[in-house]
Amino acid sequence: MKAKDIAELLDEPACEHNKKSKSGCAKPKPGATAGGCAFDGAQIALLPIADVAHIVHGTIACAGSSWDNRGTRSSGETLYKIGMTTDLTEQDVIMGRGEKRLFHSIKQAVEDYKPAAVFVYNTCVPALVGDDVDAICKSAAERWGTPVVPVDAAGFYGTKNLGNRIAGEAMVKYVIGTREPSPLPKKNIPQNIKVHDINLIGEYNIAGELWHVLPLLDELGLRVLCTLSGDARFHEVQSMHRAEVNMMVCSKAMINVARKLKDKYGTGWFEGSFYGVTDVSQALRDFARLINDDDLTQRTEALIVREEACIDEALQPWREKLRGKRVLLYTGGVKSWSIISALQDLGMTVVATGTKKSTEEDKARIRELMGKEAVMIEDGNPRALIKLVREQNVDVLIAGGRTMYTALKARIPFLDINQERDFGYEGYQGMIELARQIALTVDSPVWEKVRRPSPWAKASEIANKSSDVSEASDVNQADSGTAHTESAHTESAHNESARSA
Amino acid sequence: MATIEKRKKALSVNPLKSSQTIGAALAFLGFHRSMPMLHGSQGCTAFGKVFFVRHFREPIPLQTSAMDQVSSVMGADDNVTEGLKVICEKSSPSLVGVPTTGLAETQGCDVKRAIHAFREKYPQFNSIPVVPVTTPDFTGCMETGFAAAVHALIDVMVPVAEDAGTRPGQRKRQERKKQITVLTSSHLTPGDLEAIKDTIEMFGLRPVLIPDLSDSLDGHLTESDFSALTIGGTDVDELTTLGMSLATLVIGPSLYRAADLLHKRTGVPDRRFDHLMGLDAMDEFVHALAEISGEPVPQKLERNRAQLQDAMLDTHFMLGMTRVALAADPDLLNAFSHLLTGMGAEVVAAVAPSNAPALKNVAVDSVKLGDLEELEKMAKTHQAEIMISNSHAVESAQRLGIPLLRAGFPQYDLLGGYQKVWVGYQGTRQILFDLANMLLTLERGEIHPYHSIYKQPSEFDYGAEKATENTGLQH
Repeated sequence: MKAKDIAELLDEPACEHNKKSKSGCAKPKPGATAGGCAFDGAQIALLPIADVAHIVHGTIACAGSSWDNRGTRSSGETLYKIGMTTDLTEQDVIMGRGEKRLFHSIKQAVEDYKPAAVFVYNTCVPALVGDDVDAICKSAAERWGTPVVPVDAAGFYGTKNLGNRIAGEAMVKYVIGTREPSPLPKKNIPQNIKVHDINLIGEYNIAGELWHVLPLLDELGLRVLCTLSGDARFHEVQSMHRAEVNMMVCSKAMINVARKLKDKYGTGWFEGSFYGVTDVSQALRDFARLINDDDLTQRTEALIVREEACIDEALQPWREKLRGKRVLLYTGGVKSWSIISALQDLGMTVVATGTKKSTEEDKARIRELMGKEAVMIEDGNPRALIKLVREQNVDVLIAGGRTMYTALKARIPFLDINQERDFGYEGYQGMIELARQIALTVDSPVWEKVRRPSPWAKASEIANKSSDVSEASDVNQADSGTAHTESAHTESAHNESARSA
Repeated sequence: MATIEKRKKALSVNPLKSSQTIGAALAFLGFHRSMPMLHGSQGCTAFGKVFFVRHFREPIPLQTSAMDQVSSVMGADDNVTEGLKVICEKSSPSLVGVPTTGLAETQGCDVKRAIHAFREKYPQFNSIPVVPVTTPDFTGCMETGFAAAVHALIDVMVPVAEDAGTRPGQRKRQERKKQITVLTSSHLTPGDLEAIKDTIEMFGLRPVLIPDLSDSLDGHLTESDFSALTIGGTDVDELTTLGMSLATLVIGPSLYRAADLLHKRTGVPDRRFDHLMGLDAMDEFVHALAEISGEPVPQKLERNRAQLQDAMLDTHFMLGMTRVALAADPDLLNAFSHLLTGMGAEVVAAVAPSNAPALKNVAVDSVKLGDLEELEKMAKTHQAEIMISNSHAVESAQRLGIPLLRAGFPQYDLLGGYQKVWVGYQGTRQILFDLANMLLTLERGEIHPYHSIYKQPSEFDYGAEKATENTGLQH
């Protein structure tokens, strides 16, 4: 990929911060950088397309340590779960045999798995030695009669976020607009409502959570042409250009897709979230607003009234458990505000939120939700997070999986909100699972046990430890439990057994 | 405090209970060169033998007084005296235990009198101790039989301190370390007992386990090809020196009655523990050892403790709010209930085979005295997500479609079940991992795939040829 192309992707005009003088995404800082590379971002953005063979062209570290590592779910096809890589060897690199190996790899994938398409992810080593992946993909597509899409995403191009955009760019460039949507099915759909076509961009169907939302969209007559990319199929991606509205779900990551579809096909788009009652309702209203169909608007409002009443009742017992609990939220980007409203719906207090990856727009939304004094965490290093937890008397830390074990080591209740999680929180129904998972950790009896010093620890050590743990009230001496002293002995009645000599 | 729900139905379906008699036999198997002789018909022994052989995968020394039709009616004292004579003659054991069966007790046998007759008739065997214990299978369960045998052993074998001239903490000749007595309940596996001994030895103490199944039924090869008797276990002689122990540790409420007797006999102070599963219980045990020995807690134990705490954090996500169905003998049931509720899980079905004082302390609202059918029904009603019981519960768990963690007796479809360590910091840690892994396989929180009614059909759905020319890319 040319430096010019990368710069163009980084300087995304739809991003708020690029309208200021200092534009472009920040460069990673050696020695102080966490988070994935461009390849990582590109792969996770597209991997959920289930009927595609995803081939990682590179040495083993790229695919080897990342395949099958994501909680995204498919309703049928499982090809995306099969890890494929060219696993380049030293000889391939030295002798320049990478291209040949890739060509044959594509053949093998097509013949063995009959995929709807093949995506080839370029990585650092072949990018560096100069494999012409685009050309290989083109000739392989012609030779094997299957679409082969190059995704040029070498890790050194930049961050995970850039990788997401590279992935989006590949879809816009090679796939979207190559097929017209299928006609509506003739059977089993309501006849009296007008069906509108929409896309969900940046929705990954983690743990199948999209399936909480899809039934509502069906009911409203909103046909999802494609979710990019949760539970998607290749032919759905091809038809994305015909949508009336695009929703950017919870992520700026593929904002370039939304913008380019607007430029190219005039499709309106909005940014929204399916986390939390307020946001789900808002997203449904936004669809109706942009489509501008009175009947849809009316039916949307009716559905929202019905669903909100229903979920309100279902959440009541959980609210009682969670009311007043203090949360520290540390997630990237849009989730920093979308989850806030979900937590506030549960009666919890969000004391601080991470804004490292958030835009100015995101931050404005955060202030709107949390008030002017909202604590925003720019620097999410573990020590700072733990300090904040102590200072703010936080009951639960909600963050991505990477932070999880740091939190646990500091004996802080934790909820995993990122992609590796096993539970889906989207939609009205997802709120119940979210509440349950928070209650599960916050109310767990293990916290008291792990914070308590051992019963034999000396008083001085206890004093040290309790300052460590900060909640001195949690530091109890072990209760005397079931140990008995020798005071309570009574002779039993039956001791007249015969005795041997 | 748990309420106890008595048995209401006539028929026991898929029974949970194992008999008192074999429980007593098991206790005797924890002594070196010992032989239990069940006083009953030969079937009582044959079934018991198979039961233990399948569980331990070891040869099990077990004999019978072989009551027949005539002796069942006319009196079976001769069967006892003759049986004892044969065993003593053939194998010269160090100990013979005589648990009675339902048959013998119903007949009204006086096994003590029979033993008395044996002593008079065959004085040449006076050096071989014989311990009778009343364990009809119409009351109690395996655990009570085991406890009764321990009680009987102490009663018969442990001398009163004044007579024996023992005092607590007295050092034995040629023994550098101070001795500590441990009364171990039937809920502890040989693996558990080994772990307990290791822990005690870390404090520079010499543990004497009453009984010690970890030395006899731990599954080890010996030099000799064959032994009619147990090939390990506590030396019977040790019983006479229990009065010299620094302290007695009692593990399992079923043994508290035996502990009362031991204390009365020897004056050795005791410390009692309901179980050693989980952080709280183990903390208490380690603390007691530090106090008794006067030694600091070894770094290794501190480390193991910290490892357990970490595992508790890692696994509480899976175990929290998990609904568990639990069926076991009272001591084990009690232990599990506290471990699980301590992790935030909920015991929604608790079944014990028979009543015991320990059941009142089980961390549930009520304990049902019953069978595995009742466990299955309760598990179904309360939508249990995991079941903990013996191998007999496999079918129940399968019908409910939930995983089973095998614990207690018998475990015939699992190798090494007898050697599994449940207690201590390390044992508990492994249990938590095992439970969490089982729960992960359930894919809880699974959202079922939803297919949109508007979904664009893929070419594959119709089996049509893929129209490659239509899907050609914009290269």
